Amino acid sequence: MAVITYRQALHDTLREEMLADENVFLIGEEIGVFEGSYKITAGLLDEFGEKRVRDTPIAEEGFVGAAVGAAMLGLRPVVELMTINFSLLALDQIVNHAAKIYGMFGGQSNAPMVLRTPGGGGQQLGATHSQNIELYYAFVPGLKVVAPSTPADAKALLKASMADNDPVLFLENLALYNTKGEVPDEVAPAEIGKAGIVRPGSDITIIGYSRMANVATQVADKLQQDEGISAEVVDLRSLRPLDRETVVESVRKTGCAVIAEDDWLTYGIGAEIAASISDGAFDYLDAPVRRVAAAEVPLPYAKPLERAALPSAESLTTAVHQTLEAVGHRR
Amino acid sequence: MTEIHMPRLSDTMEEGVISAWRKQVGEQINRGDVVADIETDKAVMELEAYDDGVLEKILIGEGETVPIGTPIGLLGDGSGSAAEPGPSESSGSAQQSSGERSGSEPQDNGQSSAPAQQDSAPAGSGSGAESGNGSQGGPRNRPKASPLARAVAREKGVDLSTVSGTGPGGRIIRVDIEAAAERSGAAQPATAPTAPEQETSADTSAAAEDPDLEEIPLSNIRKVTAKRLTESKQQAPHFYLTSAVDVTDLVSFRADLNERLQAAGGPKVSVNDLVVKACATALRANPSVNVSFRDEKLFQHKRVHLGVAVALDSGLVVPVIPDADRKSVSEIATEGREKAERARDGKLKPDEMTGSTFSVSNLGMFGIEEFSAVINPPEAAILAVGATREEVQVRDGEFAVRKMLRLTLSADHRAVDGAVGAVFMQQLTGLLEDPIRIIA
Repeated sequence: MAVITYRQALHDTLREEMLADENVFLIGEEIGVFEGSYKITAGLLDEFGEKRVRDTPIAEEGFVGAAVGAAMLGLRPVVELMTINFSLLALDQIVNHAAKIYGMFGGQSNAPMVLRTPGGGGQQLGATHSQNIELYYAFVPGLKVVAPSTPADAKALLKASMADNDPVLFLENLALYNTKGEVPDEVAPAEIGKAGIVRPGSDITIIGYSRMANVATQVADKLQQDEGISAEVVDLRSLRPLDRETVVESVRKTGCAVIAEDDWLTYGIGAEIAASISDGAFDYLDAPVRRVAAAEVPLPYAKPLERAALPSAESLTTAVHQTLEAVGHRR
Repeated sequence: MTEIHMPRLSDTMEEGVISAWRKQVGEQINRGDVVADIETDKAVMELEAYDDGVLEKILIGEGETVPIGTPIGLLGDGSGSAAEPGPSESSGSAQQSSGERSGSEPQDNGQSSAPAQQDSAPAGSGSGAESGNGSQGGPRNRPKASPLARAVAREKGVDLSTVSGTGPGGRIIRVDIEAAAERSGAAQPATAPTAPEQETSADTSAAAEDPDLEEIPLSNIRKVTAKRLTESKQQAPHFYLTSAVDVTDLVSFRADLNERLQAAGGPKVSVNDLVVKACATALRANPSVNVSFRDEKLFQHKRVHLGVAVALDSGLVVPVIPDADRKSVSEIATEGREKAERARDGKLKPDEMTGSTFSVSNLGMFGIEEFSAVINPPEAAILAVGATREEVQVRDGEFAVRKMLRLTLSADHRAVDGAVGAVFMQQLTGLLEDPIRIIA
């Protein structure tokens, strides 16, 4: 079993799938000659040629639309949107077309395509380049949205996304590209819509996805080590379909929950999770569900301000302490 | 396709038994036809159809018990295409028939809420740091407790009102319940959710093993009586006023009256009828006794409806004589006798048993000299009538043999003060001792 980066896992998966299926092609800005802004597609142009690794002009709506058409006609495009912030330019193609092809044409056609795109802040890229707007897509029936947090999950979920016959928004996070993890030599496609209990525990459930799932695991490990608190961490992995069952089951076991998310609080994914908990685990709750999220501001550029606006291990730890105090867990 | 639902026929009804289907599958039914007999907690009622159609399917068979609102049959056009019950179309009509005189009593309907939870909440609501989010205080006056704490309390049989919360804002949390359960000796290991089941099974097996003990299934009337009277004794602070009434004149007045009534072909009146009428008159004169205490509020009844308790084998029912103060003694006698008879046959309609503002309970026929009755909520008082006995009394310094009757008023002190009750009893006694005034 090799220890590789999240970036490497994505690269390896793309290459493997391109080798396995000649209908797979990559399309996006600077993915060819420049090898991608984040170097995920390094070497692929040389190996597969211009026909299968297509550089595009800065015209998101155009090349996403081209991918929708290609998918409808039998190819399996993997689009790289340089950041999720730019996906807004292709919103009509994604929300109004890709998501609706299957239903609008009575099942006669579908759009098997993957939209890979990184999101998240913390890189001092300013408010317009630092957003977590995956919620916009998770809101739309017809799309699938996955958000892996580890190299192994990245590989398993990208394989599943490329095999899926529906359009899948594959959410990466800038902060994750250099993180490392063990990846088995043979990775089977994951089941889209299945959350994972990445760390079992009995005192409290912490629910996160993408970067915050990792933060949650770190916090849980530290709480166990320093204070003997046993926190269970649920990594959602998929935002649509959403695995409410795993979340509810965990909260039924622990009796309280904290949700950690990188996006904004109001109307956010955490709100959806909290509603699911209220629906499925009401009689098992010993304290109100707490949420940790980003400050509700356009993310500042200045490093200290940016750091203060994003949820952190410290803010999550505080929320866990507050919740546990509310259920009589004395420190 | 129209569904026929288990109707709600009384305030306290939660489920009903189909005692008989009066129509067969395939039979044409017209609006107003009696389709089935429904046994409620108090009586057997006829269920009338609200719609025309052919009875296409009987969903609930005779003898079965179902909650109110449950579809029990299907009406169709006769084509036999009886579909499965769909979304309820007539849930409104299922409730129409619960006639009621004295306003509704929402806390008695639907799910029974534990009375103990309602009347005492730990003090200090809203003092918590989190009271701003509104999720704790709650609009109702009940203890703040987490859902988990409530669930564990249910499981362990802990009364929330006896537990003080250590969570934010005084919220009762799981550890508080567990501590309370331990204190109360009902200590169960915290990790053994099956413990309460063992407890109950131990209880029942004890009964099963004792050959001298036999469990009698509770009749609906017995269940309701138990629930309501427990509530009454727990929630209404009862106080009692007893008067000895000289009914010598009343007895001869009654004999005289009955002679005249019989000559005129009228019904006989009993001492109890005269007491009921005298009560109604005294209540009219003392409206502060004709009140109800409900939901922390005092209500004044503008009409006087008297409940007259009747003991049945299956339990206690209280037929109501509405506007008793405006009826003659013979009207009260006729109506009372007729309703008591129907009550014995289980044919009294629920609206004939609800809405009383004051009750009279008489055990004189069993030779009971005096007793105190439990208030029939939400009324504020009940009069217990004992037996008439000859006693030696002192009158003007001489012994005299007089017929005496003892009356005891049980009153809810939240609604009626001692002196108010005493004035009522004084007037009632005055009426009974000067009986001509009863029919005035």
